[in-house]
Amino acid sequence: MPAIDTLKPGDLLPGRQYTPDNVQLFLYNAALWNAHRIHFDHPYATQVEGYSGLVIAGPLLGEWLAQCVVEWLGDDGRLSAIEYSNRKVAIIGETLQSGGVVLEVDAARRKAELELYIRNGQGEVIAPGTATVRFD
Amino acid sequence: MSGLLTAEHLANIGREAPLKREVVTRRDIRKYSIATGQQLRKYLDGDEAPPLFHLALFWDVVDLDQLTPDGVSIDALIPPLPLQRAMAGGLKIEYHRPIRAGDVLVARRTLTNLYEKQGSKGPILLYEVTMTVETEAGEPVVTEITTRLLR
Repeated sequence: MPAIDTLKPGDLLPGRQYTPDNVQLFLYNAALWNAHRIHFDHPYATQVEGYSGLVIAGPLLGEWLAQCVVEWLGDDGRLSAIEYSNRKVAIIGETLQSGGVVLEVDAARRKAELELYIRNGQGEVIAPGTATVRFD
Repeated sequence: MSGLLTAEHLANIGREAPLKREVVTRRDIRKYSIATGQQLRKYLDGDEAPPLFHLALFWDVVDLDQLTPDGVSIDALIPPLPLQRAMAGGLKIEYHRPIRAGDVLVARRTLTNLYEKQGSKGPILLYEVTMTVETEAGEPVVTEITTRLLR
């Protein structure tokens, strides 16, 4: 777990690998009450909307970017802001990798800026993000 | 500019949705934490909510006949628009204090922008909704700006 006194730009956040399946996608959308067919209706997603399969919900990728931060921080700090965008869809069956890097450290104010990503199997960043963390 | 948005559409910028008030339960946090693959005990036990839990807490709960054929609830803040196919855009979130089981939270949503862009596959409409979440006592919890796309 990181400590503000030893943290420096370029330090890497470990991140995680994700291979979400239909069950996880279903439970996620059920928790949200999101009935968008692209997440569970394969004929609709492929034939009507033209995707290659069921689409992994955009904000789930956002949660995984945040997860990359909070799992790295543990109890040593807090996520104080995060920003991300969904650049490219991810389809069930794909394996995704989260990760990040420390951009700036402000030891006096006990905060740091991070850059985050979710990459697909081709190495493309499908959800880039940035975050601010505080160590208090 | 393909000129899809009229002055009438744009007059909706600044519109506010009715306040939403929700009770945070341990069960809802646990369900959300499991579905999002959390590993930290505080989330899995439902003590504290993961960072994007407020999206689930304040997701629109509408009658079945208010869902479009593709299963989407059209945001009541958004006027009827010439493009309908919803896609996720991005989020900008500021955290003021964690959400915990037992909290009673109030969300205020405002349409803060509506504009169009030319995408690689045709025109895209984008709208931005700012949501501020507070406790009933007025303590700030989360400020979020969501951008969504319609194509």
